[in-house]
Amino acid sequence: MKRIKSPQELEKLRKEIQAERDPNKSCIAICAGTGCLALGSDKIIAAFKKEIKKQGVDTAVTTIRETGCPGFCEQGPIVVIYPEEICYLRVTVKDVPEILSKTVVNKEVIERLVYKDPASGERIVKDSEIPFYRKQKRYVIGNNINIDPKSLEDYIATGGYAALAKVLNGMSPESVIEEIIKANLRGRGGGGFPAGWKWEATRKAKGEPKYLICNADEGDPGAFMDRALLEGSPHSVLEGMIIGAYAIGCGQGYIYVRNEYPLAVENATLALEKARSLGLLGDDILGSGFNFDIKINRGGGAFVCGESSALFASIEGRTGEPRAKYVHATDRGLYDKPTDLNNVETWANVPLIINKGADWYRTIGTENSKGTKIFALVGKINNTGLVEVPMGITLREIIYDIGGGIPHGRKFKAVQTGGPSGGCIPEQFLDMTVDFDELAKIGSMMGSGGMIVMDDHNCMVDVARYFLKFLEEESCGKCTPCREGVYQMRMILDKITEGKGTMEDLDTIEWMGQAIIDGSLCALGGTAPNPVLSTLKYFRHEYEAHIKDKKCPAGVCKALITYTIDPEKCTGCDVCARVCPTDAATGKKKEVYTIDQEKCIKCGACIEGCNFDAVIVS
Amino acid sequence: MAEMVTLTIDGRTISAPAGTTILEAAKDANIYIPNLCNNEELTPYGSCRLCMVEITHKGRTRIVAACIYEVVDGLEVNVNTERVLNVRKLVIELLLARNNEHPALRKIADELGVKETRFPVEKKGCILCGQCVRTCREVVGVSAIGFSGRGITRRIAAPFMDFPPDCIACGSCVYVCPVNFIPMREENGVRTIIRFDFPMQQCKKCGKYFAPKKQLEYFSKTTGLPLDHFENCIDCR
Repeated sequence: MKRIKSPQELEKLRKEIQAERDPNKSCIAICAGTGCLALGSDKIIAAFKKEIKKQGVDTAVTTIRETGCPGFCEQGPIVVIYPEEICYLRVTVKDVPEILSKTVVNKEVIERLVYKDPASGERIVKDSEIPFYRKQKRYVIGNNINIDPKSLEDYIATGGYAALAKVLNGMSPESVIEEIIKANLRGRGGGGFPAGWKWEATRKAKGEPKYLICNADEGDPGAFMDRALLEGSPHSVLEGMIIGAYAIGCGQGYIYVRNEYPLAVENATLALEKARSLGLLGDDILGSGFNFDIKINRGGGAFVCGESSALFASIEGRTGEPRAKYVHATDRGLYDKPTDLNNVETWANVPLIINKGADWYRTIGTENSKGTKIFALVGKINNTGLVEVPMGITLREIIYDIGGGIPHGRKFKAVQTGGPSGGCIPEQFLDMTVDFDELAKIGSMMGSGGMIVMDDHNCMVDVARYFLKFLEEESCGKCTPCREGVYQMRMILDKITEGKGTMEDLDTIEWMGQAIIDGSLCALGGTAPNPVLSTLKYFRHEYEAHIKDKKCPAGVCKALITYTIDPEKCTGCDVCARVCPTDAATGKKKEVYTIDQEKCIKCGACIEGCNFDAVIVS
Repeated sequence: MAEMVTLTIDGRTISAPAGTTILEAAKDANIYIPNLCNNEELTPYGSCRLCMVEITHKGRTRIVAACIYEVVDGLEVNVNTERVLNVRKLVIELLLARNNEHPALRKIADELGVKETRFPVEKKGCILCGQCVRTCREVVGVSAIGFSGRGITRRIAAPFMDFPPDCIACGSCVYVCPVNFIPMREENGVRTIIRFDFPMQQCKKCGKYFAPKKQLEYFSKTTGLPLDHFENCIDCR
């Protein structure tokens, strides 16, 4: 494409692209995000291409679009047929010829591939009508299914870079900042600090050059919304960054992305090249005289590098270790220059605010938390995936209405929000509204938006231990409370899960927890005790059961449980013996089986395998 | 002359030049704040967390590291609040788990009323204050050693845990270590630091072994003076 030199030329180009596109033309949108790729969507894409040739389908009437993640990962690979919006789930290569001949060519719906409501058994054809999507407000991530992230034309056709054009077509930098402040866009990376204030502080700070960074070092276990955005809609992130750079008065930006996100790196790199060649990035953007460019900096995947000062050190080529932040990054950040750092999702919200206006944006959300938030809904939940919901929705709505509740009809126990340093929220708070302040009030946090659901088969002591172990391994080791304190705390939890804990240990970890929070150098250590403190607060009885009764109520902690077979329920089907990796489960077919306690390693394979609930954990 | 600011530490009004840290200002006023990783010759690092103090500024109270936080006008510093003492007690107990013998640590523990650590003692010795690493980089200027690993596996090391090729055997790391963890000895014209041997230069006049050869080569390189300038010991030069 030819370099465009003004906002007007961009609008002209948009009209041309749109005019070339027939909205009635068939389009097969296939998720090519990391989740669906892992489920084999690359083979499905290849199969569609092959089948189109084989069946002689006219490629002028039917196109394939390889899209980013539409969020319903549980049911992937996902294929949506447009313009009818027929949504097929869990598609396999075998289904491809039929989809093409029946649905694409003859507009016939294949019943078995559409969503089936588990409660009513009703089939739902359109994706927007599936309960998982119905309650969501997908303003930020919703465009993923509509575009091929490798195509700048797709992004422009769906209204892309209109916000940038609007900004460069007469908005002053100050008025852009004003709009972002008015929208009360708060940082989606975890802190919830108002982005507009950061922009303003960086703009006003003394020192040149100024830097701007997109933090894509998403590292919370189970969180993948930033990856999905950068992979699926890289231009929306770039557009946000370019607008931010104009507002702040900054010429150089960085995307700091972990190298474990190869597709995000690939798509963002390609997006930068294409934006540059079209004149949306680089010198004299859209003929405005404004210059700004972005470099991609690949991180090694250390969790601590998501912390701002460690991230700066990493970009500067030093070890990713935090330093004390008594001076704000907006004054002295990267290379000691004024630096604005925002998260991927925050940047992706910017074009939306500029296009629709702060007044519109403020209609979504709660008093002090505006807009939507994308959560990675994972764990013991029926509909695993990415959900974008308005701030102020309740946990119950997210978990039951959107998430479809807990699998196998089990009982909800807790939801962990805010990543490894967040907190575990018990059932009594399910009707609480979700926003930055409410979550903080009950000892958890928004974090970057991980939401891990747990049922009665999760041991809360074990859960706390798991997160602590993660943080222990990700601690950079610079300061004593985090390096030594988190390690010692985890050792105490190990002791408790082995049935060797004492009641004094509980006092010790509570005391340590506060001191680690107060004493640590950065937010990693400063929040590391949260999973322990919040589980101690809400699930103290489970800790006490491990200590006093030497029992793990959830049947998880191996030292405290035994596996036996209920003779009443056992049918002698032999499944347990077949799945047992140590030959501990034995018996004669059609007779009651037994488990040899000497050999049993308590791996749980027999429980998973048994169809008659005959394996008892006690 | 730097601009002076007025602050209070434990209720005492103090004036200190802007840009000094709370720890420096306190030291000048003879107010003791325990610390282990700080060294006035080195860039503040803020890693041991013993010098934590509670500050109130513009109505906001929080806990900061005195070795890094720079004083400002109207700052109120409290050195020994309960929250701060809890952090210090935790830190010293955690450090005692690495090294429960050294008098420097024992002294701080005594001051805090800590008799023993409640954590299992692993006798790792080094407390990872990083004074050696910073001295080698900032004072000596060679960066022969650094940190390796992360979290609890962090350690001070030369590249690839092998002989440190850039080390000039000056012994500065040995000298600054607050817990005397780095052993050094000299025998038969060889200086041994930990397990690494460095030959010494013998004085051409008196025959005394007076400095590691690599250190003299480094002096020659940095000063531009010929190597034979350093062939004699200081007494015979």
